[in-house]
Amino acid sequence: MLILKKFLRDIPAVLGFVIIALVIIIALASPLLVPDRSVAFDSNILARLQPPSAEHWFGTDNLGRDILARVILGTRGALMIALSVVGLAILIGVPLGLVAGYKGGLLGDLIMRLTDVFLAVPQLILAVALAQLLSRGITSAMLALALTYWPFFARTVYGETRRVRTALFVEALQGLGAGDWRIMLAHVLPNVASPVIVRATIGMGFTILTAAVLGFLGVGATPPDPDWGLAIAESREYLPEHWWFAAFPGLAILITVLGFNLFGDGLRDLVDPKLRRSR
Amino acid sequence: MEPVLSIRDLRISIPTDEGSAQILDHVSVKLEKGRIVGVVGESGCGKSTLIRAILGILPNQTQIESGVILFNGRDLLQLPKGVLNKEIRGRAIGFIPQDPYLALNPVFRVGTQLLEILRAHGMPGEAPPKKFDRRTEARYRAHLVGLLKAVQVPDPETTLERYPHQFSGGQRQRVLIAAALACRPEVILADEPTTALDVTTQLQILKLLKDLVGEFDVSMLFITHDFGVVAQLCDEVSVMYAGQTVESGPTRAILDDTRHPYTQALIGCHPDRAVDIAGIPGQVPSPLAPPPGCRFHPRCDHAMAKCISERPALQALGANRQRVACTLYDGAVD
Repeated sequence: MLILKKFLRDIPAVLGFVIIALVIIIALASPLLVPDRSVAFDSNILARLQPPSAEHWFGTDNLGRDILARVILGTRGALMIALSVVGLAILIGVPLGLVAGYKGGLLGDLIMRLTDVFLAVPQLILAVALAQLLSRGITSAMLALALTYWPFFARTVYGETRRVRTALFVEALQGLGAGDWRIMLAHVLPNVASPVIVRATIGMGFTILTAAVLGFLGVGATPPDPDWGLAIAESREYLPEHWWFAAFPGLAILITVLGFNLFGDGLRDLVDPKLRRSR
Repeated sequence: MEPVLSIRDLRISIPTDEGSAQILDHVSVKLEKGRIVGVVGESGCGKSTLIRAILGILPNQTQIESGVILFNGRDLLQLPKGVLNKEIRGRAIGFIPQDPYLALNPVFRVGTQLLEILRAHGMPGEAPPKKFDRRTEARYRAHLVGLLKAVQVPDPETTLERYPHQFSGGQRQRVLIAAALACRPEVILADEPTTALDVTTQLQILKLLKDLVGEFDVSMLFITHDFGVVAQLCDEVSVMYAGQTVESGPTRAILDDTRHPYTQALIGCHPDRAVDIAGIPGQVPSPLAPPPGCRFHPRCDHAMAKCISERPALQALGANRQRVACTLYDGAVD
């Protein structure tokens, strides 16, 4: 497979792929890695704020909970958020972009102007406002992120659909008696899939980061959830002397986001040769 | 004989920012069973619009001002979209698009795309399949292999498993011809199917089309800008200029006894026929502001006052069913 060979030569992308694979494995295997969940949830005041040691590799937090265990348990939450936010954003954005690009006209303009309005407001602020309006918790954070992320998919798909729509094969399909929905879903969609996949991959990293920010600002996950962003928020008062409290959840965010971004960049290079980095 | 497809007095305009563009004006074409009718004209004369009008795939804002498109007695312009999709497009009327490099979806195998036509319309003479199981698929595939053999694609079985980019232009055009024939249509509309191909391939495809018309018992409307192609392929020809039909009739009659000054000029432009290529002075008029009367008069050597004031109607001339729209032949009886 030529495409696989090309991908394997792209070292950062392979690194990204390995990171993502590891993160997914950790998330799936978290019950095995942390067999005793009490170390992550039960407070143990006597053992609070201990530096990394043989017993607690990442140290303990202000309630004496094992940070390594909390980081591992947090992986599942982070991936869940990323997957559901990006999935929901695709479900909203892709059909809208497809219809707007294919049908055009007044309907298309209407959809795209709505998209512009969403894009005009900074995503984070909109998400904070939405999350604030809904009840506090992980679900409203996810909803808020999805509602602010779909315009990116709508835009991407709109542009690509406009390009494919004028292709002769679409006219040939019309001439063969194919209906609009069949052309859109069965023929245009596969042609616009690759930029959507690239966007989705990069969006996963971005969403994990934004979800952590929401957690940090106190509109995302609620204690005692082992959320990475929440952990950093809780660690603020203990910096800089108890650095491990913030550093390890922070590293978890950094590495995961880096993994998705590297992999996403690599995918984009494969899919779109025009954007390929010079090397 | 009653024609299979008959277009009468079709007038089509498209509103633009600079006003209404008159794309087709009093176009009349008749296609009889088993015949090949060529529609010839320069780029922008409305040939492709004519085909899109028959299939009903014109841009949304297009206005059909008058005219009928009768297909076996039914006016296609009056049929709802659902009926067109189910009974006409791809089923009763096949369409061969212009550029074989662009007319296939690049992300699907050729077989998938051909199967899709049969899944939507059913095998010739059958209803669309209720369920699409392995046996149906095998039967459809066998039908497709037969079709690909008929259009002389080497190795039809492997062809179905390949992607469009793995073929040459000529092969792809053959695949598209097979697609047009898949449901055994009565009429095939071919939109300059050989323009994007090189000369040798062009000749093969023309020969193939001519054979297929006999073999599959279809009639064909063939759009081209090349009188040489018309001479080789078509039984009858209809010449268009700036959205108007200017002359029509049997190919031989028109080539031997060219009447309309535009047709004369067009044939005079063909490198095979002209000793030194004359060309036609001036340019095709913009459809936004077509000249009044006969649209060719600004470029015509024989233009007279009446050409500007009155649009000449198509009139029969001679015994050969030749018809011409030109003031020169007013009241002429030969």
